[in-house]
Amino acid sequence: MADGSGVAIGSGQPVAAPRRVGSLRKLGRRRSVTAIILCLPLIAIIFGLKLWPTLYGIYLSMLNRKMTEFIGLDNFTFLLGRNTFQMVLFQSCLFAVSAVIFKAVLGFILAHLMHNIRGKYERVWRGLLLVPWVIPLSLSTLSWWWLLDPSYSAFNWTLEWLGFQKISFLGEAWNARFVVILVNTWFGAPFFMIMYLAALKSVPDQLYEAASIDGANAWQKLIYVTLPMMRNIIAITMLYSLIVTFADFDIVRILTNGGPQDTTHLFATYAFTIGIQSGNIPRGAAVSLFMLPILATFAFFILRGVNRRTKEIN
Amino acid sequence: MSATTADQARARARSKSGSLRRQHQWALWGSYSALTAFVIMFLTPPFYMLMTSLKTSAEISAEKGNPWIVQSPTINNFVELITSPSFQRYFFNSAWVTTLVVIISMSIAILAAFSLSRMGFKGSQAIATGVFLTYLVPPSLLFIPLFQIVGWLNLLDNTWVLVLLFPTLAVPFCTWIMIGYFGSIPRELDEAALIDGASYMQILFQIFIPVALPGIIAATIFAFTVGWGAFLYPLAFLYKGEQLVLTVGIVSELIRGDVFAWGKIMAACVIGALPPILIYTFLMDYYIAGLTAGATKG
Repeated sequence: MADGSGVAIGSGQPVAAPRRVGSLRKLGRRRSVTAIILCLPLIAIIFGLKLWPTLYGIYLSMLNRKMTEFIGLDNFTFLLGRNTFQMVLFQSCLFAVSAVIFKAVLGFILAHLMHNIRGKYERVWRGLLLVPWVIPLSLSTLSWWWLLDPSYSAFNWTLEWLGFQKISFLGEAWNARFVVILVNTWFGAPFFMIMYLAALKSVPDQLYEAASIDGANAWQKLIYVTLPMMRNIIAITMLYSLIVTFADFDIVRILTNGGPQDTTHLFATYAFTIGIQSGNIPRGAAVSLFMLPILATFAFFILRGVNRRTKEIN
Repeated sequence: MSATTADQARARARSKSGSLRRQHQWALWGSYSALTAFVIMFLTPPFYMLMTSLKTSAEISAEKGNPWIVQSPTINNFVELITSPSFQRYFFNSAWVTTLVVIISMSIAILAAFSLSRMGFKGSQAIATGVFLTYLVPPSLLFIPLFQIVGWLNLLDNTWVLVLLFPTLAVPFCTWIMIGYFGSIPRELDEAALIDGASYMQILFQIFIPVALPGIIAATIFAFTVGWGAFLYPLAFLYKGEQLVLTVGIVSELIRGDVFAWGKIMAACVIGALPPILIYTFLMDYYIAGLTAGATKG
């Protein structure tokens, strides 16, 4: 994609005449000056509103509550010793990993179903399935809340109507944990469906035909043709989604606000409670910084995948 | 004798192809019914949102009968919202913030993508990687240091803070999409223009932007989605009624104390969800093409 100057317009061919080299070099220099100027706003955003706040956040996390004294890693060690924070760590990992797995499996199934019906109504089906992903998450989470409302929830009415017991969806730890994962899966599965559908469509039909001639059944085609062809996109989508899901805020904030008894807090919502609501900014910064090494690990793997893919294309 | 075997073989072949077709038919019907089940599951919350928005407060608080269906439909909730000055304010704030965010993000992304994909310079590869690495620092990691920074800039509780911060969410991905689209334009095109004496700006505006229009639409939709739906930054940095945007306004203003005006809340959600749904209805194909441009290559 963005290579070095070797492939840029107007350069690349060695020129024999020395005088022309000089003017070309001047042209080249002018080109790179223009190029840098065009990139400046982007660089400003990355440095000013991404990199600098991150570094400043790291500094903040090492201050005491009143931000008057440098206390090193005390905030981090304090948090690691707290029962609540251990629960946050556990819940964040459980939430991200299981939600991403559910989304990937559901997206894979949906993509196959969509691929099976290839027809003129494909757009309509796809549009209907995309609705969860299109509605702003904070608004659709409100409707989930109302669906699960403890006093007069539509789900509980249906359960009673079918002759089952009422369930306290948001009042018990494991129910609430399951519900936030469910809502995240509902929201994110359409994205996986789109990505996997595109990957499915890019598998050449000849491969399937060749597999059929060799006597492969549907299951064997899936294992030996589809999955290897989709491996890259499956990995990249899942890793990307892991980052986004780890950093999720809206669902838990609106649906449970961390409750019952802090069992559903994620890094983001706990950092908000500690940092903004209780006003302990350094400790809140420390909470959210715990995400950084985890996300860095994921990003390392994505980047490796992207680079490998770019090499394959070139 | 030979004719009968041929007939038999043909008959067998016909029955086999018939069973294959039947098998195919079954697979098709299976897919359709499974998809129908998924659509029903996926659309339950929006459906319930719409149903509740049409209910009167009396019907909701009576807690009787089937909650899935509205018994005496009313558009009162919508009328009340549309005529309420505070709701108008949220909607208007969301609209202008989103418009500005789209314009700013797209300008930054298009210029940078053009430079990175065509005018390579020392370090352009590093910047392209840096754009990607910004995903490492999601808003939920940045909002606390930004809270301090926004405080210094005196922008706390001011809607303009979103115009400053939302582009950080939209620009990396928009740049990524645009690099992909610009990269797919054949180099011969701009080399020819360069030989004819066109400047880089002319190449960008007269060749690249028109040719990459589908990509621009895709990136614009993404920027719009961010500007319209983001929740964390407005929740952390805005407090007063007249500064709020739609997402936070609905959550914090309509939910006051223990009284939940669910009919009104759901009506507000319907209104808030409508602009994105409309946009996706008409421009979904562009967005999906932009999103999956990389996927199909791999």
